Amino acid sequence: MEDRSAADAAVMERGKKIGSTGVGGGALVSGSGKRAFGTVLAALILCLIGIMAFSIRLFSVIKYESVIHEFDPYFNYRVTKYLTKAGIYEFWNWFDDRTWYPLGRVIGGTVYPGLTITAGTMWWILNAFNIPLSVETVCVFTAPIFSSFAAWATYLLTSEVKGRGAGLTAAALLAMVPSYISRSVAGSYDNEAVAIFALIFTFYLYVKTLNTGSLFYATLNALAYFYMVCSWGGYTFIINLIPMHVLLCIVTGRYSSRLYIAYAPLVILGTLLAALVPVVGFNAVMTSEHFASFLVFVIIHVAALAHYIKRVLSPKQYSTAVSFVITFGMAGAAALIAILAAMVAASPTKGWSGRSLSLLDPTYASKYIPIIASVSEHQPPTWPSYFMDINVLAFLVPAGIIACFLPLSDSSSFVVLYLVTSVYFSGVMVRLMLVLAPAACVLSGIALSEAFAVLTRSIKYQDLSESAAVDSTATLNSTNENEASVKEVKDKAPKRGKKKTVEKEVEKKRKRLLGLPMEASAVGILLLIIMGSFYVVHCVWAAAEAYSAPSIVLTSQTPDGGLHVFDDFREAYAWLNHNTGEDDKVASWWDYGYQTTAMANRTVIVDNNTWNNTHIATVGTAMSSPERQAWEIFQSLDVKYVFVIFGGLVGYPSDDINKFLWMVRIGGGVFPHIREPDYLRDGHYRIDSQATPTMLNCLMYKLSYYRFAEADGKGYDRVRRTEIGKKYFKLNYFEEVFTTQHWMVRIYKLKPPRNLVSAVKSKKRTQKKKTTR
Amino acid sequence: MRLRICCPAILSFSSKTQIFALGLPRTLAMDDARALVTSLRSAYTATPTKLKLIDLYVAYAVITAIVQTLFMAVVGSFPFNAFLSGVLSCVGTAVLAVCLRMQVNKANKEFKDLPPERAFADFVLCNLVLHLVIMNFLG
Repeated sequence: MEDRSAADAAVMERGKKIGSTGVGGGALVSGSGKRAFGTVLAALILCLIGIMAFSIRLFSVIKYESVIHEFDPYFNYRVTKYLTKAGIYEFWNWFDDRTWYPLGRVIGGTVYPGLTITAGTMWWILNAFNIPLSVETVCVFTAPIFSSFAAWATYLLTSEVKGRGAGLTAAALLAMVPSYISRSVAGSYDNEAVAIFALIFTFYLYVKTLNTGSLFYATLNALAYFYMVCSWGGYTFIINLIPMHVLLCIVTGRYSSRLYIAYAPLVILGTLLAALVPVVGFNAVMTSEHFASFLVFVIIHVAALAHYIKRVLSPKQYSTAVSFVITFGMAGAAALIAILAAMVAASPTKGWSGRSLSLLDPTYASKYIPIIASVSEHQPPTWPSYFMDINVLAFLVPAGIIACFLPLSDSSSFVVLYLVTSVYFSGVMVRLMLVLAPAACVLSGIALSEAFAVLTRSIKYQDLSESAAVDSTATLNSTNENEASVKEVKDKAPKRGKKKTVEKEVEKKRKRLLGLPMEASAVGILLLIIMGSFYVVHCVWAAAEAYSAPSIVLTSQTPDGGLHVFDDFREAYAWLNHNTGEDDKVASWWDYGYQTTAMANRTVIVDNNTWNNTHIATVGTAMSSPERQAWEIFQSLDVKYVFVIFGGLVGYPSDDINKFLWMVRIGGGVFPHIREPDYLRDGHYRIDSQATPTMLNCLMYKLSYYRFAEADGKGYDRVRRTEIGKKYFKLNYFEEVFTTQHWMVRIYKLKPPRNLVSAVKSKKRTQKKKTTR
Repeated sequence: MRLRICCPAILSFSSKTQIFALGLPRTLAMDDARALVTSLRSAYTATPTKLKLIDLYVAYAVITAIVQTLFMAVVGSFPFNAFLSGVLSCVGTAVLAVCLRMQVNKANKEFKDLPPERAFADFVLCNLVLHLVIMNFLG
């Protein structure tokens, strides 16, 4: 408080000087009035940023409709519906028998409950106020609301690091960054929608605790971390980044009691709270993802003890103490490390889960776990995707890193570390560019804010330093005149010297205040504003054109400028819902499991959770086998209906024939009689007349192309751009029951097993038996 | 009181291992160790009683945690959540008490603006949250 009023007094002094010399004047607001105006302006800007973050995500609702997108959100939507209908206890203990038939799935223990409980709470509060919004509406708009919260959390985080101006810039950048928009449009009801907000908020509370040393904020930090653990599997990033930062601070000699207060309670409370969430459970103390936090917990206690002893002893005695500790400590530490290494080496994956290993070693998944490798989101990003997703920020981030080093504080070192680790992980999986986005926004906000500060300060203090120069030369001339009147000849040489040193001081002052000439700074500000507008234009374009597609409804432009809608998926699910029995089992590839259970309300064999590789391999084998073997596999699973996605008539490229090789690989990983080379001709995947017989006879080919030649006469597949190999064939074990308008979903029913064997066949068989004897 | 009991044990232990480990002249090492321990002890007795009380509480919590771990080693770790919550509540309250000690210590320049009542209130709040979680996790 005292510092602030001193600054106010200095401002008022300077103001009086300006007023007296009449240069640069204008009305000067008093210090506290300026501060109040700044606070109100900042609050208004934050409101506008929140509104902008919400609105830019509404393109999908405007262009299509208020519908849940993609695949995973349908599962979350179904779980939220169950939660709102049955209550929290039923949800917590829910065993779902409508999926992974006949295994079922324990929903309570395998889902991250944060998102569904958040949306359920919002729906419940709204209904308590008699605002009857449906669950679907609440689910669709959860992501935009939480992106506004995330923008405000970015403001809080960045203002803790560098100040309010940087905070506002970073919040504005995060509200629009395309990488975050891609996972949080209205309708994208997925874990990341709330998890990114929880991530930034946890980091803000950590930095706040680090800066203030208050145990209250440490408690809040642990609770925010708990919310993050509830929401997303990416919480392991936090529990490894914060120990890394603490270790960095200790190693660079920045240990302080605030660091201890920020870290030690978080470890204990955080571990307990993480163990409370059923999906994490005892993994919070047993898996390698959490060992870093325990190790640094021990290290920080050692550092704290060392600091205490150093403070208490004299330096000479401290050095003898250090020599003692080193001799004992080395032996003890070596023993401990040997035990730990033996324990870790005993497990085959060294205690890490498959997902974490695939992050640390980018080639791991393709070698060992084809399911993780097959997901398109898990591929490494290309260079253009960086410019698509964070655009201008890619240039500003290095400037932000430099700005963080002038001066380096605990909080700015944390932000730099966050950026460096998230850049590495984003290079492994394109899905993790989302974790990079907040770091990039924070650092870019810092860079932009510093740049604007330097440029505007140059312009503002142009006039001020000129007036200061005028002032000092005026006083100098007056003193010179006075002295000249007293002594004339004697003091000429010293006078000149004095004048020169005073002039040098004025020059130095000018240089310190200015930095840049006026025109350069004006041009600089203009260029920065233009760059900002490019960013805004790109973000709006990306939000409108690239990331707003719900992927359950497709559109295309007709030649006469109209819009043609492909609503085949919902048509198929609605048909299943209305024309099949309540307990009929439906089989398809695992991509469509969540949508089938949510929209068609039928039991499925495999779905997007992909927790059981053998079950998925069974379905993959069935799709890759000839008709009879496939029928037998499906019959053993009590399946009644099978459907495939086929894009050949309209040119939809993400259909099952394009995914078929993954089915072969996954099936072949468990059942060795499925060999990938059997389906390739000379290493190429073909479905035309040159395709291998195994390919032309497998179930996927037959179900996709049954009666396809009747559609256009030639059987020309628009996606593969060739005519199909086998055009006219009959299905003996399946019958086609429904094909959607654009042939995109084709539903088949299994023919029941034959009751009677025909008399001719049995006679032939008995005759054969006689002859072979 | 406890320090006076522990000190001779530390002294004899250190002097014995020094002989085996370093091979330094025995008397020199022992004198150094003795000087070190006496200076540590004198520095510690100079700390205010309030802080020594907190240190006692921390030591009590840590010893309770160690006793629980030894009990688990004897009887087995089922149910694991009960063991975890017991040990972590002891370690947690010890950590929070150390934080309180740092904030209340008058020799600590960083916290000179913080009134000790506020520090204690934060300590109580954090302990409340910790024990609420513990009771939930105890099963």
